[in-house]
Amino acid sequence: MTVKDVTKDPKALTMRITAELDATIERCWQLWADPRQLERWWGPPTYPATFVDHDLSAGGKVSYFMTGPDGEKFHGYWTVVSVDPPRALEVKDGFADENGAHNDDLPITSMTVTLNEGSSGRTVMVIESHFPSLEGMQQMIEMGMEEGMTLAMGQIDGILAEG
Amino acid sequence: MLETYNRMVVDLLTDERADRVFHALSDATRRDIVVRALEGEHSVSALARRYPVSFAAVQKHVAVLESAGLVTKQRSGREQLVRSNVETIRRASRLLDQIEALWQDRIGRIDEILADDEQRGTSR
Repeated sequence: MTVKDVTKDPKALTMRITAELDATIERCWQLWADPRQLERWWGPPTYPATFVDHDLSAGGKVSYFMTGPDGEKFHGYWTVVSVDPPRALEVKDGFADENGAHNDDLPITSMTVTLNEGSSGRTVMVIESHFPSLEGMQQMIEMGMEEGMTLAMGQIDGILAEG
Repeated sequence: MLETYNRMVVDLLTDERADRVFHALSDATRRDIVVRALEGEHSVSALARRYPVSFAAVQKHVAVLESAGLVTKQRSGREQLVRSNVETIRRASRLLDQIEALWQDRIGRIDEILADDEQRGTSR
């Protein structure tokens, strides 16, 4: 299992997920630093993400939208709080309207990513999220996921096609 | 869920928290609000209609219950919804489970990307 640990605190509204990835830190950093790679994993196959702006410097902005099965678009953005390539990234993750304007009615999540050396050339990636409210969490779920089974089936198809 | 209840009980044991809880429950209107919140969510304005006191007074009661950790208040459009804290924590747990699933899927996709590298011999 790649995911080694998940710690959730429903009172503090925090989650920490620890995964061990089979690649070097520099390679894993590219998953975040290269928008074309981000697009391959950020959204599920049914809600693919398209990154429009991608400035991973402190104070920089990353904006993206996810396209649903009916062509519906959901816009989001990150504001980069701090960055230390290839080891650390802290962003504020928020929602935007169809013109990319920040929607301040919806709460903003803090997300911290850290990459460290694991055993035998692997990388330990820790993602810590602090959610501001239940509403924000609900919105994130609506934007970010589809029914598990549909998703899994699509991915299996993808693997078979690539093989 | 048992763990959540246990943690709430442990929280109750701190003196300061106990003081706030007993103070919050020393008033009949506030006790009634807690009972109603346990049955489901209510807006502050709906609660205010139930008691012969002003909207502001009900808001104050809710604030006392909130600081004792017995209820939570959340804005939903123009309304302020009051829920029992037990239900709020339960909802938060469910939402965290779903967000965990979202990240499990994302990390599954990351694994596929990294496995692709190896197949193509482009592993860095």
